Amino acid sequence: MSDGRLSVFKTYKLYVGGKFPRSESGRVYEVSAKGSAAGAAGKGTWLANAPQASRKDARDAVVAARKAFGGWSGATAYNRGQVLYRVAEMLEGRREQFVREVAEAEGLSKSKAAAVVDAAIDRWVWYAGWTDKIGQVVGGANPVAGPFFNLSTPEPTGVVAVLAPQESSLLGLVSVVAPVIATGNTAVVVTSAGRPLPALSLGEVLATSDLPGGVVNILSGRTAELAAPLASHQDVNGIDLTGVAGDAALAKELEAAAAENLKRVRRPQTVDGAGGAGWSADPGTHRLTAFLETKTVWHPTGALGASGSSY
Amino acid sequence: MASTPAPASAFDYAPAPESRSVVDIAPSYGLFIDGEFTEAAGGKVFKTVSPSTEEVLSEVARAGAEDVDRAVKAARKAFEKWSALPGSERAKYLFRIARIIQERSRELAVLETLDNGKPIRETRDADLPLVAAHFFYYAGWADKLDHAGYGANPRPLGVAGQVIPWNFPLLMLAWKIAPALATGNTVVLKPAETTPLSALFFADVCRQAGLPRGVVNILTGYGDAGSALVGHPDVDKVAFTGSTAVGKAIARQIAGTDKRATLELGGKGANIVFDDAPVDQAVEGIVTGIFFNQGQVCCAGSRLLVQESVHDEVLHALKRRLTTLRLGDPLDKNTDIGAINSAEQLARITALTETGEAEGAERWTAPCELPSTGYWFAPTLFTGVTQAHTVARDEIFGPVLSVLTFRTPDEAVAKANNSQYGLSAGIWTEKGSRILAVANKLRAGVVWANTFNKFDPTSPFGGYKESGYGREGGRHGLEAYLDV
Repeated sequence: MSDGRLSVFKTYKLYVGGKFPRSESGRVYEVSAKGSAAGAAGKGTWLANAPQASRKDARDAVVAARKAFGGWSGATAYNRGQVLYRVAEMLEGRREQFVREVAEAEGLSKSKAAAVVDAAIDRWVWYAGWTDKIGQVVGGANPVAGPFFNLSTPEPTGVVAVLAPQESSLLGLVSVVAPVIATGNTAVVVTSAGRPLPALSLGEVLATSDLPGGVVNILSGRTAELAAPLASHQDVNGIDLTGVAGDAALAKELEAAAAENLKRVRRPQTVDGAGGAGWSADPGTHRLTAFLETKTVWHPTGALGASGSSY
Repeated sequence: MASTPAPASAFDYAPAPESRSVVDIAPSYGLFIDGEFTEAAGGKVFKTVSPSTEEVLSEVARAGAEDVDRAVKAARKAFEKWSALPGSERAKYLFRIARIIQERSRELAVLETLDNGKPIRETRDADLPLVAAHFFYYAGWADKLDHAGYGANPRPLGVAGQVIPWNFPLLMLAWKIAPALATGNTVVLKPAETTPLSALFFADVCRQAGLPRGVVNILTGYGDAGSALVGHPDVDKVAFTGSTAVGKAIARQIAGTDKRATLELGGKGANIVFDDAPVDQAVEGIVTGIFFNQGQVCCAGSRLLVQESVHDEVLHALKRRLTTLRLGDPLDKNTDIGAINSAEQLARITALTETGEAEGAERWTAPCELPSTGYWFAPTLFTGVTQAHTVARDEIFGPVLSVLTFRTPDEAVAKANNSQYGLSAGIWTEKGSRILAVANKLRAGVVWANTFNKFDPTSPFGGYKESGYGREGGRHGLEAYLDV
């Protein structure tokens, strides 16, 4: 404000079904800077009022994700790759904004925050390239002992609830969301509770990147409050518990709730925070395969003799 | 044995019973722990009966928590050496087991038929060849794990606690034990309480193969033993095949632990017949789909979806075919339909079919005479079934087929997917593009096009949704037993 201009604050909103609703509950909570960031905000500085999503918002998000599932899972893998790459393009274009938001959210220097944002962009590119390859890597024809041809192909499991890591507000979030949607699932994402702003801004990026509405739905608020209805929701097919890695009791409770309709559960692993290997490591394919089903389709071939053509 | 009655007419089949003298059944069996048969710590025993005659076959030990602990300790102790063996050596043990199973397959087929009630035609021609094939298939993986796509030097998990059902006692044992041993795990397996004998026979196969003690442990017992096994703190991996209700209980039980789990649970498979399907082949497929193993198959095609325009034609041909099925002595090589596995299961099938009638579906039962002893249920159809009917939603696990109709492929897909389950489905049509389009949309782990109930060790098997998670068979089946 030293230049005499009053800045325009941003009202952060949820991202559900391709729209940007405030929480139906009307609640917000204060989000403050986490360290002596390079940005304008010093440690503890108020950054924004984030929407505090409710259980109803979580259920609405599941409805949106289910509605989007048919179209997204039915899109060609090539098309999904194009869309994910487009997300990287959009993120690249708003790089400076995210560097500032990540710096404030995580208390990083500008250069460190820039590295994190770059890694997040690159991760979208990496997963964009996976969409049309994972099927070849984990699927294939099986050499059946009989006059049949059969083929195993991976398919998305459905709607996946993703509890994003608590510390890595952008790179961690992208690392858990991108693989889920790359394979054709749709996602309901609960952001880091204390560092939600980069995730909410990512919603704006997704909205302008050809990603169909509802494929990714982003909720900020108290993780435990939102995780409970998602874990017990009968129309959610999988849940990634990464965001509750620090709370073993809650993780156990959520996994037990997920058993009610046999959701696919990805248990929390220590990646986030000081003790973890960090999110910049090579992600491998585990997050891609965690929410895939294998479908095997059999066809008779008729007996053509022991070894096919004699030529 | 009763003397063989003369055929009623010149066109009837003469009985062709398999001799049961090929297999010796001991009057009692212990638990197989650390390479030895021992009594249960509590001294408890239970009887296993032949479902077709209700004759007591043998008395087996009933494991309790203390026995589970002993078996897990034995498996843990054996794990160190077994997992350190070169894969090529583990492979040879598995090849030995596969060969011994082939050599002794007639004994095993008769034993399985006696204890389970399924026709000898099925144990001899389907179960046993597949059991041997599974051991052969995974034997070959044991020294090739670096090439399986799970990275270099993938590690076994440790001790696998495996709980299997009574519908394919030996085949489910093979599905569980073969990949576990190939990957270097050791196992504690609990067979179902109504069908413990072939697993105990398998202990003798392990002995003949010279398998190191403690690598395979067999605990016969009830659900409490299974639960103790699943919950044992030193079990690293849980593999379960059985009901969805128990699968959910297991998923809850192991929540918050490091135990890995694969669950193969119930199903309500849709078998979809389009109007251009070859009717005779489709009818054979429908029969295989629901009457194989008396319908006691998790991937049974228990919901028949027929395109409306061919409904009458298909139903007429199907009923005609069902009247030719031969129900009776499972040891008779001509028998198509054997006994229901237990009085309890028969009661469940009976209750669900009564519900079907009470809810207004029309029941038709194939005319056949049921033997006076044993547990029997004649092949039964329900027509006029809607999606809301209990018989269209609940898994009956018996020879009961619910028939629904549809008009368009989209409606067929919507009805097929309208289920909590997602294990199997069938498609009958001459049109290739329709097979591919419909197969794509079905939410099921196995889709059979113009065939049904085909299995092969190279092919991953497992469900979507509440049919459980994980895959057994093929390269995919290795993942469940490797730390990846």
